[in-house]
Amino acid sequence: MANDTIKLELEVPGDDFTRAGEASSTVKGMLKKLGFSPNVVRKVAIAMYEGEINMVIHGGGGQITVEISPESGVSMSLVDHGPGIPNIELAMQEGWSTAPDSVRNLGFGAGMGLPNMKKYSDEMEILSEVGVGTTVNMKVHLA
Amino acid sequence: METKNFFHSVTLDREKCHGCINCVKRCPTEAIRVRGGKAIIITERCIDCGECIRICPHHAKQAIFDPISIMDEYEYKIALPAPSLYGQFNNLDDVDLILGALKLMGFDDVFEVAKAAELVSDATRKYMLRPDIPRPVISSACPAVLRLIRVRFPELLENVLPLHPPIEVAARLAKRKAAQKTGLPYEKIGAIFISPCPAKVTAVKMPLGTEKSWVDGVLAIRDVYPRLISLMRHVPASQELSEAGRLGVGWGGSGGEAAAVLKERYLAADGIENVIRVLEDLEDEKFYDLDFVELNACSGGCVGGVLNVENPYVARAKLERVRKYRPVSCNRLPDEDIMPYAWESPVEYEPVLELDADLKVAMEKMKQMREIEGRLYGMDCGSCGAPSCKAMAEDIVRGFSTEESCIFKLREEIQTMADGLSRISSVLPKASQENK
Ligand SMILES: Nc1ncnc2c1ncn2[C@@H]1O[C@H](COP(=O)(O)OP(=O)(O)OP(=O)(O)O)[C@@H](O)[C@H]1O
Ligand code: SF4
Ligand SMILES: [Mg+2]
Repeated sequence: MANDTIKLELEVPGDDFTRAGEASSTVKGMLKKLGFSPNVVRKVAIAMYEGEINMVIHGGGGQITVEISPESGVSMSLVDHGPGIPNIELAMQEGWSTAPDSVRNLGFGAGMGLPNMKKYSDEMEILSEVGVGTTVNMKVHLA
Repeated sequence: METKNFFHSVTLDREKCHGCINCVKRCPTEAIRVRGGKAIIITERCIDCGECIRICPHHAKQAIFDPISIMDEYEYKIALPAPSLYGQFNNLDDVDLILGALKLMGFDDVFEVAKAAELVSDATRKYMLRPDIPRPVISSACPAVLRLIRVRFPELLENVLPLHPPIEVAARLAKRKAAQKTGLPYEKIGAIFISPCPAKVTAVKMPLGTEKSWVDGVLAIRDVYPRLISLMRHVPASQELSEAGRLGVGWGGSGGEAAAVLKERYLAADGIENVIRVLEDLEDEKFYDLDFVELNACSGGCVGGVLNVENPYVARAKLERVRKYRPVSCNRLPDEDIMPYAWESPVEYEPVLELDADLKVAMEKMKQMREIEGRLYGMDCGSCGAPSCKAMAEDIVRGFSTEESCIFKLREEIQTMADGLSRISSVLPKASQENK
């Protein structure tokens, strides 16, 4: 049934902070138009938004691949080639953050992004290597 | 003190005024006096900050804005909602509901001021790249602050960001878009701003930085709010109307404009007293290493404007909720050109607080002022109708008051007269003196 899925490749620029959040906004709009349930739309929108913002603030930008399937739901793969996360367990803790001051004043840096991604996605894995980059895979199921 | 025919949104209801001097003491530009038991506003000094409206216990100070019926004067009407409007509603996380309700209220279109704010932020970032500009750059979006700088801090005018505020940009873009879409002439298109404060009403009627504002009318948030509340539940679901991101909506609270510059070295001060303190320190060059200074006359920023409904701190929290999960920004300039955003006419020093245009005369007046002040009692009691003995001494030198208006002076005089009387009464006429 792989042929009725829609696959999207989205570029997340790392050098223009004002563009952060655009990719997830696009996907959210598409899901709404496709008629996914508000709950699924909301879960994808929040999980992907947090991941995208992290790619920009911490990871220096990268690529997001989204696969939308009418049967199995939405899978997202967020890939950056930034500094990587040295201690994933620590990063997953609520309140842990290394965000710089310039973005804290915009309301980022509460250390809630990764915990929220975990909460709103149904499956999540983080693959990260220091100096190489970070990949976050997430899935939101239909029901 | 001549009073030119200035427009001000802040005005006095003489009937309600008790002449209690609460506002006289509060005014940051010492623009209010009490005469004949009623307050008067010295118009060229007033910056429309709204402090007197906030403090007056008798609700005698009020703001003038347009009635909702101003909409009827235009064939095609566009609402320009201020970002602070988004902070007025409970449990709201979707701006589209507000925008939809504005349409149900009778507006043909909505153009968010938050959208224009993102463009102004982009223009600001580009302006800040210029190597030759005086730093720090001081924001010019709060009209009360801009007017304060103009009368009290002329040396800082060159630091002020010479760009139009978001409302003005919103009005221009909205009207151009509407004219293209409808083919109507500009006079038939009304750009109607929904405002948190009286200063913005004045900024529309008596703009700085341009000859004429493109905004056609200004409604108060508190007038529009009850209508929106009742219309919101009739807004059809899944309308995508909002075109503003986190940066633009953030302008509604203090620090939002500065944060949108995306520089670490900035300062944001709110509340007129804090603003004055920062301006004084800037004047004395007490700060270095600052790129940007954001100043808002109201505590908490525009969510603290007197025409709002919600408490500023609650509104601030609600604004945070509304902008969560919005893209960082949804609008940027099409190219590097910031000229369409630049002031068309410079904002110049308005020497309304100077003693005299002639330095010699001013020096002489200053000397007199200090002599008079030395004779006054320094109680700053306000019963003469001036905010302080110093201000009173200045009023006397300007020919606007007399020393006898000071009740302590008056008492002194009565005392002297009484002493004289008792002295006279103790002197018996020669004829009645006993011969010894
Ligand atoms: N893609 C990434 N590359 C490198 N480090 C990351 C990445 N994503 C997260 N981190 C690290 O994990 C920390 C926690 O991330 P999390 O998203 O939970 O919080 P935050 O981004 O700091 O703040 P918030 O998401 O609440 O705005 C970050 O501060 C950062 O140190
Ligand atoms: S801070 Fe905002 S609401 Fe207050 S006077 Fe300035 S512009 Fe108006
Ligand atoms: Mg994060």
